[in-house]
Amino acid sequence: MLSPDLTLDTVPKLLLRNARALAGRPAIRHKDLGIWQTWTWRETLDQVRAFSIGLAELGLKRGDRFAVIGGNRPRLYWAICAGQALGAVPVPVYADAVAEEMAYVLAHAEVTLAVVQDQEQVDKIAAVANRLSHLARVVYDEPRGLKDYDHGRLIAFEEVQRTGREKLASDGECLRRWEDGIAAGKDSDLSIILYTSGTTGRSKGVMLTHQNTIISARNANAFDHLEQDEEVIAYLPLAWVGDYMLSYVQSYAAGYCVNCPETPETVVQDRREIGTTYALAPPRVYENLLTLIMVRMADAGALKRKLFDFFLSVANRWGEKILDGERVPLTARLLYGLGNFLIYGPLKNQFGLSRIRVGYTAGEAIGPEIFRFYRALGLNLKQLYGQTEASVYVTAQPDDEVDAETVGKPSPGVEVQISEKGEVLYRSPGVFVGYYKDPDRTAEVLTTDGWVHSGDAGFFDPKTGQLKIIDRVKDVGRLKDGTLFAPKYIENKLKFYPNIREAVAIGAGRDFVCAMVNIDLTAVGSWAERNNVVYGSYQELAGHPLVYDMIAQHIDEVNRSLAEEEVMAGAQIRRFLVLHKELDPDDGELTRTQKIRRGHIVDRYSPLVEALYNGSTQAQITTEITFDDGHKGTIAARITIRDINSYPAPAPKLERAA
Amino acid sequence: MKGSSTRDVDLGTVLLAVENVSLAFGGVQALTNVSFDIREGEIRAIIGPNGAGKTSMLNVVNGFYQPNSGRIIFKGEPRTAMRPYAAAQGGIARTFQNLALFRGMTVLDNVMAGRALKMRRGFFWQLIRHGPALKEEVEHRRGVEEIIDFLEIAAIRKIQVGKLPYGLQKRVELGRALAMEPDLLLLDEPMAGMNLEEKEDMSRFILDVNREYGTTIALIEHDMGVVMDLSDRVVVLDYGQKIADATPDEVKCDKNVIRAYLGEPHGTSA
Repeated sequence: MLSPDLTLDTVPKLLLRNARALAGRPAIRHKDLGIWQTWTWRETLDQVRAFSIGLAELGLKRGDRFAVIGGNRPRLYWAICAGQALGAVPVPVYADAVAEEMAYVLAHAEVTLAVVQDQEQVDKIAAVANRLSHLARVVYDEPRGLKDYDHGRLIAFEEVQRTGREKLASDGECLRRWEDGIAAGKDSDLSIILYTSGTTGRSKGVMLTHQNTIISARNANAFDHLEQDEEVIAYLPLAWVGDYMLSYVQSYAAGYCVNCPETPETVVQDRREIGTTYALAPPRVYENLLTLIMVRMADAGALKRKLFDFFLSVANRWGEKILDGERVPLTARLLYGLGNFLIYGPLKNQFGLSRIRVGYTAGEAIGPEIFRFYRALGLNLKQLYGQTEASVYVTAQPDDEVDAETVGKPSPGVEVQISEKGEVLYRSPGVFVGYYKDPDRTAEVLTTDGWVHSGDAGFFDPKTGQLKIIDRVKDVGRLKDGTLFAPKYIENKLKFYPNIREAVAIGAGRDFVCAMVNIDLTAVGSWAERNNVVYGSYQELAGHPLVYDMIAQHIDEVNRSLAEEEVMAGAQIRRFLVLHKELDPDDGELTRTQKIRRGHIVDRYSPLVEALYNGSTQAQITTEITFDDGHKGTIAARITIRDINSYPAPAPKLERAA
Repeated sequence: MKGSSTRDVDLGTVLLAVENVSLAFGGVQALTNVSFDIREGEIRAIIGPNGAGKTSMLNVVNGFYQPNSGRIIFKGEPRTAMRPYAAAQGGIARTFQNLALFRGMTVLDNVMAGRALKMRRGFFWQLIRHGPALKEEVEHRRGVEEIIDFLEIAAIRKIQVGKLPYGLQKRVELGRALAMEPDLLLLDEPMAGMNLEEKEDMSRFILDVNREYGTTIALIEHDMGVVMDLSDRVVVLDYGQKIADATPDEVKCDKNVIRAYLGEPHGTSA
């Protein structure tokens, strides 16, 4: 195990240490041309150093900002470190951001250089280049398609490294100067600026220092005993703080290996080949995986399906208890063991989860049913509550205190309190230093004594002593008659159904609750195939009466479960519709981290919302959509609205005499 | 940053010339005295209404049909009778209007099959898969993987071709043709039956193949938008006869072409 040397207070310093202490151990892998290519820590240093010196030759210097745009590639992680070694500040940008969004971030951060993955990103930058007066150079990783481009500002990654290597070879002082530059880095230097896809308004550049991220990384590594033999797979956006911590800072701090998948589509196969041991993912990833499992099982033969159903019920009954080390009857243990041999083991293996020691879900509340499903299979899935402003970690669940409804206890070094309004406030060494060039909004969120307003409503659950998040403070509302309405709570219940990909609950300030639903094309498409439902497009499938029947049935079940809870019983869904298009970040309907932007959706689909509340059974809508390349088009549809039964609230329980 | 959007047609030397080719099936005259050439590095489109003889033309070029008269000059060497196998060995690869893949085999194996011509080791060595044969297979696998990467089909590498959607199968077929590292690539309706997005993808791949690998391409296509965007020069057939041979813009305005497509000279669109 590496000793936690506290003088190593920047990531480049950690790299120098790893190249010495872990020289031949794997640092990063990338599946390329069908084969896993590995770079050791020593080789990583070599790559980073050459690129870093090359960047210096291009004019990148201390204090400059530079953009990193693309997928999870070793070279882009190296670029981050190479820039940091010079004292420059990386600004990762979501690779799927449209040119407009990208222009805003690049201009706001005044980046002087961009390291991008491929032609797609080069094109996007070219499209908005006239607005980026600071941007002098664009470095690209993949040359494909760029041959005919004007190379005035463009330069290949290899070319930069070659310049660096030549400089190293010709100038004897170069190496010493580079290492001196690293030594001159301080823990108070900015480590990164992460632009958060805020649910409202322009995105904000969260500034994190090396101190913020390294202390948080060390604490997180210690909390889950992460050491150099962990394997993680990097497939979440580079611009997400979770990926920056997990695939970069924590890896450099603990010395574990990060694996970059071949393509975003091959993650499941790649994960299976690697057998990752640690994971952090938003609930959506687990939801998608569950959908995939359920769809595959629905296609399986009758015997397999029967076995699956039977052992799943065994797992639901006993799995979590066994995982938590509770006492269970011997027969249950035997049955579970058999299930593990026949179903759970192979299932976990199929999805590359056999070696998982710790898996976290974070970013948004996870449906309790989804959460329990994984735990029932014996996966140590835990909840974590984090924010970009906190270098991720605010609260996390210790191994033996896992609960589906809560998000854990304050992480090491973090203080948490609840404001009078019910908002969660926290303070920690990981807390950011401010939003870049935005002191006003910084002041709104960060108090002078270091507390951060999270914007989330929550409370400490008296039963478990853990934090429970209900919703965003501004989203928790009430119906006209004063009934509590927590939209996310209802949406999560809907989203547990594999057929429902996304749901939007509306009701604040209104007479009753309505829902707009997105079907999941994978699940519903497969259902349609099995049931001979013919459709020509997503839109046609979404509007199919049989699909409506199916969704109505799901909503009916949700209402039934809402009716069982006293507080929520008044917020049952009365009317619903199925949307004709998938909610999409390009249209501003989801954030880049796939959270729904309810306010924007309600505005955008106002004719539908109106129809939901004025009793019509049909509504006409025309929506503008943005294609992946930024072009715009419109899509029109006539959408059916259905009423749905609600259930009476339970009679208040009589206190039973003792 | 991007170079000029119009493509500079740098016409190379003639790679393949069709000279006065006629082809008849019994009483049906499929091709009548057709002549045109394909130059190195260009994308050449062959268009025409249904039954104009486009596919017959490709079949003549790759040796599947023998012309009744006329000759084909490929790389400066005239030939009259040629087998498809010899054409393939000479560097002509093709894809088909109706897919001709091995449906039960994986994508990887299908593309690998395109390398068969390049395998030098004999049957015996291949069978025991050791020594030189293994080394050779590794080399070819690398080439195949580069194509898989190029066509962005890594995610379906191990999936049976028969289970894939049509658009992807078309891409696999292109991959198999590319695996031969051809000098001339013949594409028979590469976009047939595709939706807009798939067509855009395929167009990009065709352009990239042409630019990155420098492969000369001759394609048959019905989608005029695609033809106009992709090709450097267009030859138009109607009832087995060549009625035009020019750049896309010129062909668009050609009276004969408009008449062939619309019957009446009303508009310029197909």
